[in-house]
Amino acid sequence: MAIKTRNFNVARQQASTNIELIWWVFMRVSGVLLVFLVLGHIYMNNILISNTSIDFDYVASRFSQPLYKVYDLVMLVLAMLHGTNGLRYIIDDYVHHDGWRNIVKYALYFVVAVLITTGTMLLFSFPFNKVGG
Amino acid sequence: MRVTLKVLRYNPEADRAPHWESYQLEAEPTDRVLDLLHNVKWDTDGTLTFRRSCGHGICGSCAMMINGVNRLACKTLVQNLDTDTITVEPIRGLPVEKDLVVDMAPFFQAFKAVKPYLINDDPPPERERLQSPEERAVFDEGTKCILCAACTTSCPVFWVNGTYIGPSAIVNAHRFIFDSRDKGNGERFKALSGGGGIWRCRTAYNCTEACPRDIPVTELIEEVKRAIMVNYV
Repeated sequence: MAIKTRNFNVARQQASTNIELIWWVFMRVSGVLLVFLVLGHIYMNNILISNTSIDFDYVASRFSQPLYKVYDLVMLVLAMLHGTNGLRYIIDDYVHHDGWRNIVKYALYFVVAVLITTGTMLLFSFPFNKVGG
Repeated sequence: MRVTLKVLRYNPEADRAPHWESYQLEAEPTDRVLDLLHNVKWDTDGTLTFRRSCGHGICGSCAMMINGVNRLACKTLVQNLDTDTITVEPIRGLPVEKDLVVDMAPFFQAFKAVKPYLINDDPPPERERLQSPEERAVFDEGTKCILCAACTTSCPVFWVNGTYIGPSAIVNAHRFIFDSRDKGNGERFKALSGGGGIWRCRTAYNCTEACPRDIPVTELIEEVKRAIMVNYV
């Protein structure tokens, strides 16, 4: 697989925005943040409390506090976007047919949008404070 | 010593796919792999096709994959390979034309895309554009590049991506981006920032290991990334 003809004008057209730079920086920043967020998550759910004793009431009481909502929302969004962008790189590398590449990419974006939306809805619309007594 | 030279051969007029051919040769430990290829071409099979020019590691013609590593055939001695079976393949990621000869056009197109020449519209001074030794030292590593394509064709992103500009083009952009006399950074940054540009680099370090001129390729790529980032953010 050879690289395609790439003259300066083609390169400049592709580089009409700094979007690739922004994603590159995002990958670094979100990667570092996620290390701490996930370690904190593991600490809270496996060490602070045994993971066998996690039940609906525990989760509901946790999610009734705004700080936990924000914590989990940040982790959800960063992890989803970080993973999606990584998959986008891989799709760009390995799916060479233009049509298939777009189909696979937009399928991925759709799934991610659904996951982020439902996750956010769960965090903010479910009346956690009314369950579990 | 007796060595077995295995060459991945391909004749586009007769073969459907490349195939291995073995040659038994008498070789001195101090023989270069280029000498072995010459022996085969001159004494056994004149149809064996490969590029070579200077034979002294400076023209960049004879880059090939020798025992799984991209090297110059003229700089690789038999004794340095620690084996009596030597495999030679064309460098990867570029279309094979015949035997060990690949089509270098995409490689040089990527090279040209970064405008690897001095860009400065200021009126030339009476004498030369002066530069201090310190300013010269900043881009010294990039000047060593001989455009052999050993780095670019060792890059896993280049193999699979299809549009990645490749480490060699970035090294040659670095050569001018960090030149105090040059004013063409805006144009080069644009050539490097697109979808197949520098942000595709995943620092696999294959390029650094492959470079026969010992250029710290990955380090230079990271310096260019920082320069673009500082310029835009």
